[in-house]
Amino acid sequence: MSLLTLSNVTKRFGGLTAVNDLSFTLTAGETVGLLGPNGSGKTTALNMISGYLPVTAGTIALDGTTISTLGPERIAHRGVARTFQLVRALPSLTVGENVLAALAFRKDPLWGSEAEARIETLLQNVGLAGRQHERASNLTYIDLKRMELARALATGPKLLLLDEWLAGLNPTELRAGIDLITRLRQSGITILLVEHVMDAVRALCTRCIVMNTGSRLADGPTTDVLADKSVIRAYLGDDHA
Amino acid sequence: MIFLIPLVALAALAAVPFFVGAYPLGLGIGILGYATLATAWALFSGPTRYISLATVAFFGIGAYTVAVLADLMPYPLVLLCAALIGLVVAVLVGLATLRLAGIYFVIFTFGLAELVRQLVTYYEVNVTRTLGRYVFLPIGPEHIYWQLLGLLAVTLALAFWISRAKIGLALRVIGDDPVVASHLGIGITRTKLALFSLSAVVMTLAGAIQAPRWTYIEPSIVFNPTVSFLTVIMALLGGPNRLFGPLLGAVPLFLLFEWLSANFPNHYSIILGLLFIAIVFLLPNGVLAAADKFAARFKNKEASV
Repeated sequence: MSLLTLSNVTKRFGGLTAVNDLSFTLTAGETVGLLGPNGSGKTTALNMISGYLPVTAGTIALDGTTISTLGPERIAHRGVARTFQLVRALPSLTVGENVLAALAFRKDPLWGSEAEARIETLLQNVGLAGRQHERASNLTYIDLKRMELARALATGPKLLLLDEWLAGLNPTELRAGIDLITRLRQSGITILLVEHVMDAVRALCTRCIVMNTGSRLADGPTTDVLADKSVIRAYLGDDHA
Repeated sequence: MIFLIPLVALAALAAVPFFVGAYPLGLGIGILGYATLATAWALFSGPTRYISLATVAFFGIGAYTVAVLADLMPYPLVLLCAALIGLVVAVLVGLATLRLAGIYFVIFTFGLAELVRQLVTYYEVNVTRTLGRYVFLPIGPEHIYWQLLGLLAVTLALAFWISRAKIGLALRVIGDDPVVASHLGIGITRTKLALFSLSAVVMTLAGAIQAPRWTYIEPSIVFNPTVSFLTVIMALLGGPNRLFGPLLGAVPLFLLFEWLSANFPNHYSIILGLLFIAIVFLLPNGVLAAADKFAARFKNKEASV
């Protein structure tokens, strides 16, 4: 069953077309990579799905209902959560409050002792057990990413958008990160991840969508897509194809 | 036990009018008035970091409502009307401005206060053909003092409740990062509007309650922008994100301004401006936060010895 459907989605910023007539469908439970060189429109696509940016044309539907006319808070309530390319912690809040902020305002809100228990589990799942009283501004980069993921998961999403969640991690952290996302996959959540770390894409994604200059270049099983000549050309130039 | 402390403090403060003369009571009214304004200001501006200069717009609306309606209906009803008018204006203004951020919001709120003052002046000159109004109400200074004390207590109780409630968390998230807030399902406009309106209603009541004290009211008195600036300075000095921060800022600064305006009437605004700059530069999070920082450093030193 299709969870997310993009139909002819276009985004223009003035004269620049960042996303051009993009269409694809995600089936519930899939983990799909959204790839493409820098500036190909991946983050813009994510921003439109999460409601951060309005679409210029086309429609985005979740579970068959159009969400592209809604604001981010309504889309969040329908089950879309995300992390950001540049980590967005809430620095004046503690780690626990960061997660509580997601639990308290989701569609079926949690507050009080129920929320406390849930925070503990969520932090444990991302490897931040017992850290809820630390200030978010004191966390290291990887821990901020973990916290941001816990916060996104706390909204209880059907669809999780990860924007280069693995970027900037060292090899050990990367392995831990991949393991973490693998566990999420197994829990049945649908994941769309924008990623440049190809090892991670190969390990995590059964299917990949490749974008180039705002349009869809390829869509298919990861091994096929990564071997596709046009994809290699888009990434590395003609000489390598 | 801990609940007794504020009650005892409230009772002690309520007893003050029985023991002091007219001048100290006047000071007390001034302090309570500004403490209420600063606490109300911080309700919204503390967590969101939206610096509002519209305080005096609501304060003045409260005072004018009393001046206009005092002869027409019983006093409690007048206060209720003032609160309602403040609420309506706040909701309308909030819907128009709360999408603005940073400096645009500051300038708009400042402009709003001036606009309200000009509108009232225009109305009074062209329609009622008077500029000033008299407020003759049989309300003595001690009653004004008690009403303000009650308003301050209620405002503090509200601030305490909000800091622990979901809406308080929502405001802090919005203050930290509105983009994250919206992606977590927080209705940003709704939340800001609710707190902005609540804060404005308290400010309106603070103006309404103090109106009988002046006897004579005109736009340049009750819409004086200095009120907005003083409120901001007081809240910033004490620390707008602490429950008692704005209150602690209001007490010394009100006394200082009283002394300054009495002794340096011509240089008063210059000193005020310099003080404003100094506070923003030296104590960006207020005295209480600075004291915490100092205590933490002292502790660390002790630990390292």
